[in-house]
Amino acid sequence: MPRPDGGESVLSPEALEANFADIAPPLTPDAALVESSKCLFCYDAPCTIACPTHIDVPAFIKKIMTGNLTGSARVILDANPMGHSCARACPVEVLCEGACVLNERDEEPIKIALLQRYATDHVLSHDLKLFSPGVDNGRKVAIIGAGPAGLSCAQDLRRWGYAVTMFDAHPNPGGLNTYAIAEYKMRPPTALAEAKKILELGVELHCNVTIGRDIPFADLERDFDAIFIGIGLGATRDLGIPGEDLGGVQDALSFIEHLKTHSYPDTRVGNDVIVVGAGNTAIDAATQAKRLGAQRVTIVYRRGEEEMPAYPYEYELAKRDGCEFRFFTVPKRVLGNGAITGLECVRAELGAPDARGRRQPVEIEGSEHVIRCDMLLKATGQLPRAEFAREAGLTVEGSKIVSSKPNVFVGGDAASGGAEIVNAAAEGKAAAARIHALLSSALAVA
Amino acid sequence: MADLSVNFAGIRSPNPFWLASGPPTNTYGQCAKAFDVGWGGAVWKTVGEPIINVFSRYGSIDLGINRMIGFNNIELISDRPIEDNLREIAELKRNYPNNAVIVSLMVESKREAWHDIVKRTEDTGADGIELNFGCPHGMSERGMGAAVGQVPEYTCNIVGWVKEVSKIPVIVKLTPNVTDITYIARAAVEGGADALSLINTINSIVGVDLNTFTPLPDVGGQSSHGGYCGPAVKPIALNLLSATASDPAVKIPISGIGGISTWRDAAEFIALGSTTLQVCTAVMHYGFRIVEDLTDGLSTWMDQSGIASIEELRGRALPKVTKWENLDLNYHIVASIDQSKCIKCELCWTACEDGAHQAIRRYPRVNGGPVVEIIEEACVGCNLCAQVCPVQGCISMQRVPNDHPPVTWKQFTAGEGALAPRSEHFHTATFSSAPKQG
Repeated sequence: MPRPDGGESVLSPEALEANFADIAPPLTPDAALVESSKCLFCYDAPCTIACPTHIDVPAFIKKIMTGNLTGSARVILDANPMGHSCARACPVEVLCEGACVLNERDEEPIKIALLQRYATDHVLSHDLKLFSPGVDNGRKVAIIGAGPAGLSCAQDLRRWGYAVTMFDAHPNPGGLNTYAIAEYKMRPPTALAEAKKILELGVELHCNVTIGRDIPFADLERDFDAIFIGIGLGATRDLGIPGEDLGGVQDALSFIEHLKTHSYPDTRVGNDVIVVGAGNTAIDAATQAKRLGAQRVTIVYRRGEEEMPAYPYEYELAKRDGCEFRFFTVPKRVLGNGAITGLECVRAELGAPDARGRRQPVEIEGSEHVIRCDMLLKATGQLPRAEFAREAGLTVEGSKIVSSKPNVFVGGDAASGGAEIVNAAAEGKAAAARIHALLSSALAVA
Repeated sequence: MADLSVNFAGIRSPNPFWLASGPPTNTYGQCAKAFDVGWGGAVWKTVGEPIINVFSRYGSIDLGINRMIGFNNIELISDRPIEDNLREIAELKRNYPNNAVIVSLMVESKREAWHDIVKRTEDTGADGIELNFGCPHGMSERGMGAAVGQVPEYTCNIVGWVKEVSKIPVIVKLTPNVTDITYIARAAVEGGADALSLINTINSIVGVDLNTFTPLPDVGGQSSHGGYCGPAVKPIALNLLSATASDPAVKIPISGIGGISTWRDAAEFIALGSTTLQVCTAVMHYGFRIVEDLTDGLSTWMDQSGIASIEELRGRALPKVTKWENLDLNYHIVASIDQSKCIKCELCWTACEDGAHQAIRRYPRVNGGPVVEIIEEACVGCNLCAQVCPVQGCISMQRVPNDHPPVTWKQFTAGEGALAPRSEHFHTATFSSAPKQG
């Protein structure tokens, strides 16, 4: 592993492979039978309500128990085209599993994610074709961004007979599923296999194409009956402090993307890594830096443990991986001469709530200190793709792109400002339904 | 997509899944809801002179975390006025013309009473009639239900009375509480029945409360025997179904009943001769929605198995049911343990050692080596070890080829054919405590 200092890898390829092994290995057939038999088959089930795509969880679990794996996968993927990736990357402890009634009986909840993986893996291992395209209705829809939102939108539109053309700036489809999910949760081949199942419905996909740069948005408006935008978010927010442009400062997402598109030894990691921010991306960056061989990983966050956006599961994961947390710590200056050597910070405490009711950190005078580092990863949230919005004639409200054009729809992180895969899937499907409502009424008139 | 539609003695149904006569088919609202979620038909809860029920009516048995694997009831037939039932049945058939609406009937054993109720039932537009000759509790004390269905002559007579006036198919529902169900089945055929349904519930006492010594269900400190049903009764139903369906004197369609909870159960009932399937306990446990996996699971499995219709599946297993005397004595199998899957619980050993044929060798838990090993020469191929094994696919039964052609007990005792040599180790296995090397 080439380190920033050009040194040799501290971890063997075998050790790296082990560090990135499946964090939640699949259930064996026996375990799946035991687990599915435990499901009570609740009516109006809390797990289903908790899922943004409202998968009929008890139904798919009972089908596993009765040996109807194909039917089980159909229930999952009909409701959530991203069922493969959600089984691996959903924050289930705050969604379906957190809602399981067994929690009320002081028991472990049903392992819904692993059961979902068990059923959906059956589709990939048997190359099942669960859905078929609808009869061609003569209407064309363009989808910009082949991530979770776009793919979910595409699946329903194809099933209803729309011609779907997708554009993606990356060489491969899948969006963040391919390029950003923590490697120990899901690897790119699974994301690509999931995308392929949808593309096989007859979607025309153009990769390495950036709308606005390679093709004007207006061309799409001219050539398609409706457009769905699922382009995600743009650049990571700057820290806004001196020294940010020093070598060794990188945004967390590009660090993860590099890891996911190269062999492990080919991804550069420092010995002393600081991650700024305490959201889920920060955790992903921190744990993966540690697993790549960083000696010390420090997460720097200007608020406290209570305020940090990362899910409890992710927080625990980072702690288990040996990442250190510096709460109430505000970065002031990146130190170094060409290459980064440290981060100067001040300590803070929470002040009075601001206009939105969020207590702002107030710096403590005289608390300046330096945290040594040779790599700094920024996980301070992403900005909306404002330039694209301008080109497309859409507006940006806060971190969200909003469309007022009747046949242009926005979903996924571009519309939400950043959420989970399952939210993107739900929004993609909802957009497909709105497009269908819009265009099928037009069809009826024609 | 497999075709699940059926024609049962002239009654058409979009799929073979019917609600059995019972609490789930007591009202219009229940049946309409059931049809809305996919049930093919419903047999309306038995109509007759309204009865008065006791309050405590159901009992059940659990096995570990599995609740209600067996279920019993002492509920009687409909407690609603005949007119109310018939009015709602007419409305149901009017609003659901494509679903099968069957009316279960039970009246006193008088020709006029049966003529009257049959005619009134036909006026509803219902597709068929099911004669409840099987209810084993309460009604039988009044000379109805199983009291009729346990006597071939009564069964034949009453079916005859019904057929004198009935213009729609008549299904006779049989009780399992008899020595040989085929006698009753033949009597029903002789009386003119168009179809049979079986089994009704089995006489049972489901348990005793050890604090009060009152059997269950407890009705004010007393109890009474009730009708047993649910998943636990399926094997009994399958046997009686097979006996009836393979009886050359019974050539009429059969509606299978008894513990059907999953699409697999359904497929098994059809393979043993059922055309339609009736479900009650599973609905009482989980609601009408279970029909979704019943139909989806059955049709997905049929597609995967290349079976296009229910008719193509029906009776497929029947030719394989025979008398013991026709079984091949030279068919030799032994158990085989996949050591890579063994989790070393030793359940197979203790089952074989204490409960069967002492054909498994056990080793101390040392060196991480195997702890159990089949003694092939002692193994009688009984299947017990594979059945107790908690790991799927760990113990399988393997064919041991021999040069001898098949020979049955019937042939063998008639001096035909030869028995393949059998191991002298049977029941005399010796035991080793030394771990096997390699």
